[in-house]
Amino acid sequence: MAALNIRLPLHSRAGACNRIILSILLSAWLFVGCAAPPKPLYYWGEYEDLLYSMYLHPGEADTTTQVAKLTEDMQKTRDNGQLVPPGVHAHLGYMHYRLGNAGSALAEFTTEKLLYPESTVFMDQLIKQLTK
Amino acid sequence: MPSRRVLPWLLVSLISCATPPGNDYSLFRARLPRSILVMPPLNESIDVNAPYIFLATITRPLANQGYYVFPVAMVDAFMKENGLASAYDMHNVSLNKIHEVFGADAVLYVTILDWGQKYLLLSSNTVVKSQARLVDVRSGQTLWSGEQYAVEGSGGGGNLIAMAIVAVVTQIIDSLTDRTYELSRQANYSMIYDQDDGFLIGPYHPGFITDPRGLPDPNVSPR
Repeated sequence: MAALNIRLPLHSRAGACNRIILSILLSAWLFVGCAAPPKPLYYWGEYEDLLYSMYLHPGEADTTTQVAKLTEDMQKTRDNGQLVPPGVHAHLGYMHYRLGNAGSALAEFTTEKLLYPESTVFMDQLIKQLTK
Repeated sequence: MPSRRVLPWLLVSLISCATPPGNDYSLFRARLPRSILVMPPLNESIDVNAPYIFLATITRPLANQGYYVFPVAMVDAFMKENGLASAYDMHNVSLNKIHEVFGADAVLYVTILDWGQKYLLLSSNTVVKSQARLVDVRSGQTLWSGEQYAVEGSGGGGNLIAMAIVAVVTQIIDSLTDRTYELSRQANYSMIYDQDDGFLIGPYHPGFITDPRGLPDPNVSPR
């Protein structure tokens, strides 16, 4: 039994050293558990910088630039085996819509909905407007 | 049974983890939203760009904490296209309407209190400061409220002439790089991730089921 191997040194005199090490390791592990920063779930790429720029320096984040950068981000996300964050497919769809690419916009809104069902109500409205 | 000598260590570790009392997460836990709509902030500062810098820096910490966050720029544009010209108009939209149009579980209402650089004689301070409130769309109850705050100083120290030069140089550099963007990012991270006052871990986060905050205390037996 595996448990027996752990218990034996704890109850023998010769195991005093092991006991201390085990205690320290156990506490250290618990402390790390408390302090660990949240792990990023997503690949964020340029999304935040594009949001910032589209408002403050619109020339640096025109619609075409946004489509190019976000599309590149999605490729990187796939290459990294990470997830596209909430809202990014929808935002890309909106940029496609502004460029007049209804088909691409529709595809992105649908993807947003599939990845994040929480967006269904909002995306369905946009999809309805596009296909009307 | 673990050895008796291990137990004190365990106890010390657990105490160090415990959150101070007074932060009541029970309602947040009970209504735990899956999706959050960030309402374009009200702005009480003199920096007209503050709401947009806030919006650019709020999605990442909220999503990383495990929530679906509606695309902030799209929401802003969508509301404007539907006749809501100002953040004030947007804040007055009824929760029923928000539920109907967006299907959001919760809304984050933000008011920007102070934002930007303050030039002093020989140095400058950059500050970002906002109040935020998370409201449950179905019940209208406030699930969480908190403050986004960060301040950063530059210049000062040394002899007067050197200080004057430093001040001029840092003010030129500061005016070229908008420090509020980075500060707002840091302040939002602190606000959302804080162990004592931050957001509960949401459904998309792997740590969702292990977050003990807002759960009934297992040491207190029910009556």
